[in-house]
Amino acid sequence: MKVQVTVNGKSHQLDTPPNLLLVQAIREELKLTGTHVGCDTAQCGACTVIVNGNAIKSCNVLLAQVDGAQITTIEGLASADGSLHPMQSAFKDCHGLQCGFCTPGMVLSAIDLCKRHPNASEEVIREQLEGNLCRCTGYQNIVKAVQQGAVALNA
Amino acid sequence: MGASDFSKLPHIGESILRKEDYRFLTGAGQYTDDIDLANMAHAVFVRSPHAHAHIKGIDKNAALAADGVIGILDGKDVEDAKINGLPCGWLITDTSGHPMKEPPHPILAQGKVRYVGDHVVMVVAETLEQAQNAAELVTVDYDVLTAVVDVRDAPNGSPIHESAPDNHCYKWAIGDKAQVDTAFANAAHVTKLDLVNNRLVPNAMEPRAAIGSYSRANDEYTLWVANQNPHVERLLMTAFVMGLPEHKVRVIAPDVGGGFGSKIYLYAEDVCLTWASKKLNRNIKWTCDRSEAFLSDAHGRDHVSHAEMAMDKDGKFLALRVHTHANLGAYLSTFATAVPTILYATLLAGQYTTPQVYVEVDAWFTNTAPVDAYRGAGRPEATYLLERLVSRAAWEIGLTQDEIRKRNFITQFPYQTPVALQYDIGDYHACMNEAQKLADVAGFQNRKAISESHGKLRGIGYSSYIEACGIAPSNIAGALGARAGLFECGEVRVHPTGSVTVFTGSHSHGQGHETTFAQVVAARLGIAVESVDVVHGDTGRVPFGMGTYGSRSISVGGAAIMKALDKIEAKAKKIAAHLMETADTDIEFNNGEFSVKGTDKKISFGQVALTAYVPHNYPLDKLEPGLNETAFYDPTNFTFPAGTYIAEVEIDPATGLVKVDRFSAVDDFGTIINPMIVEGQVHGGLVQGIGQALLENCVYDRETGQLLSGSFMDYTMPRADDFPIFNLGHVCTPCTHNPLGTKGCGEAGAIGSPPAIMNAVLDALAPLGVKDLDMPATPHRVWQAIQAARAQ
Repeated sequence: MKVQVTVNGKSHQLDTPPNLLLVQAIREELKLTGTHVGCDTAQCGACTVIVNGNAIKSCNVLLAQVDGAQITTIEGLASADGSLHPMQSAFKDCHGLQCGFCTPGMVLSAIDLCKRHPNASEEVIREQLEGNLCRCTGYQNIVKAVQQGAVALNA
Repeated sequence: MGASDFSKLPHIGESILRKEDYRFLTGAGQYTDDIDLANMAHAVFVRSPHAHAHIKGIDKNAALAADGVIGILDGKDVEDAKINGLPCGWLITDTSGHPMKEPPHPILAQGKVRYVGDHVVMVVAETLEQAQNAAELVTVDYDVLTAVVDVRDAPNGSPIHESAPDNHCYKWAIGDKAQVDTAFANAAHVTKLDLVNNRLVPNAMEPRAAIGSYSRANDEYTLWVANQNPHVERLLMTAFVMGLPEHKVRVIAPDVGGGFGSKIYLYAEDVCLTWASKKLNRNIKWTCDRSEAFLSDAHGRDHVSHAEMAMDKDGKFLALRVHTHANLGAYLSTFATAVPTILYATLLAGQYTTPQVYVEVDAWFTNTAPVDAYRGAGRPEATYLLERLVSRAAWEIGLTQDEIRKRNFITQFPYQTPVALQYDIGDYHACMNEAQKLADVAGFQNRKAISESHGKLRGIGYSSYIEACGIAPSNIAGALGARAGLFECGEVRVHPTGSVTVFTGSHSHGQGHETTFAQVVAARLGIAVESVDVVHGDTGRVPFGMGTYGSRSISVGGAAIMKALDKIEAKAKKIAAHLMETADTDIEFNNGEFSVKGTDKKISFGQVALTAYVPHNYPLDKLEPGLNETAFYDPTNFTFPAGTYIAEVEIDPATGLVKVDRFSAVDDFGTIINPMIVEGQVHGGLVQGIGQALLENCVYDRETGQLLSGSFMDYTMPRADDFPIFNLGHVCTPCTHNPLGTKGCGEAGAIGSPPAIMNAVLDALAPLGVKDLDMPATPHRVWQAIQAARAQ
């Protein structure tokens, strides 16, 4: 079936089987491999992307369900000249990543979290990150990164 | 240069932001599944649904006729190709004097399957979906046998391997049993404890993946694989399994999303892909699903132990005796046999002067996934047992948890333990004192009263851990059964324009070596950190390496780089001496400049580098051009990070929910290169260790051997809202035997934390009459323990 999506500002016309997951479309059709697959039960959040302004788990959504949508993946965050989005910078400054596998999903979830909870406390940040698993960092520096990113985004 | 001078160099001890972050933050990391090769096919493995069964027949006909299928391989094809089974890298000698049982570990099942998830058939097709569809058409006719899951059931279970009819792999012991028994006979008090160290699934966020690629044109293989030690992977696969010429195989471990030990091993899938890429003449990719990972990644821990400590009337330890049943799983994984023996029992003196220790370990086969090293590898098991026992002893004889430890701390170094290891240096009192300050132990009683006023329980738990890392001196390892050396290799290549590329045998799958190792090189050569590039993970670019595990990278990999830098410095001094027309011995090197002693004549490192490659004014009769040195470093001892962790928990008796209210960790890692990276390693380790204590548990059905905790829905992973901010502190007693003074830091958090948590939980529950509890202390188990105690 034919589906149109705008990904990181660029329109794509895709013709794919109806059972194709959004994460598969992103990784395999569009070759944007920054969005990762970490599980098969929609728990880990490594596949998180922004669809029409909201963070969603792309492993849990069919491409067909997002026909016409505006999608942002991790590749779409930095500026055209390569300078980092404030949340990406915050993760770097705070050592909020180690192996990097959960990072794209974590950064996009963090941006979405800050939009919905502009002055989130540490407790709220931790609760809101329940849908993003990290095995490396122990979450502490991720929380600090989100706090720093929130300040930068609010500025 | 001594460790003390090294630690004073610029950049050492500096929290430089990581060089590798940009690609990870922008989605430009290249993990194995991200790689696409031309004309790539896809593999799916058909796995056993039974824990234990004979294979009566495999029918591939329907599958072979399915769309897009290129090839379907099974155990018979493996046999015809004369491919050996997976090797075990550590030979343990049984107490009878015989070698351990070493049953075959075929890459595809031959005649029998031995755990749910055991690899039976590999299906290769044009697309992943076609491979998955074809896999469902493969019919395997099984004759189901009874399964054994729990180590305690192993001796009476159906024999899993012909060579081990009682499912016993080996009995191993260390220590003087007679001396220990005498000490017990004369003890004023004996504390006893039965404990379980619960089985865990490593669950790195990146599932395993591999791509096999064979070039008929060059008769060369390339294997991309999510792996922690590509040279070891290559050596094992070419020399022991497939009989391939080692120089014709390239193994590349690109960006790897976490390992924690689970990606050390040579797995069947890696071999199958390499083999099939030539047999089918195609590039073939395999990516593990998460549910598949739960079944097929090597698991960790799974010990059942009985421990006894004998002490005098003042709580001074006289002797420790331990018996452990260790579950090895259905087959021997690469390092499996060393984990419950060499990496475990030798740590049971702990930080204490216990003069006699006797440990006996029985290792068993069961119908479960193979068990091997997982963050800490044997040391978490040792620390959990010892630190639970010590706190219990304190409660029994009326001492506080800290007092009993302080009465037994080692204070003189080097210290020869009764379990083979000799600790070089440490300051255990300093770690304890610092931890008690950080934890505000003084305020505990007050906080407890407040908790109680809200109907909650509060407890405090101590753990004083020590571990052996920086494995290992090759001759000692060999004497203990290792079939490999455990040195490391580093090549420092100075380019004509003065920038440097370092090729290291260490591998970063999150540890930040691209930054830390660059700091080391920049510090020694007096150049910018930006001018140093670190290459790892490719047998085609790095001369050799034993890889990253056992917290060995900075102490062994870093030391190899330091030795290469020594050679670079020595050669550069000769070039500088020639340029400045003086004797070699007149040259000093500081801060990137070569100077003539007693004068103000100097030239820069950059000038020397250029001269090495444009050798016009150069002692060509005595010195080769170029500035490129390789070194191999074999450590002379293990390193011994140690520390004290103090956990404070609050428990709601109505629900059993344990909240970690505060956690203080003081570690002595010796010299610290990048504090930010080291703290990150501790955070990660703490969360895995606390996860083991409160959340995680890998459970098989005891009757059928079915994996019950088979996904993230059933296996509780640590999440952000399970933890407070950790209080970290450091003590520094530099390692005495490597040039950096480092001890390593990657595993400490996972080693020291489980007993701290469980001691805190038991401290909190004590007033309700709860005497004992196994990990994980989930709300259900805590609640049940409270009910059971109240019923008495």
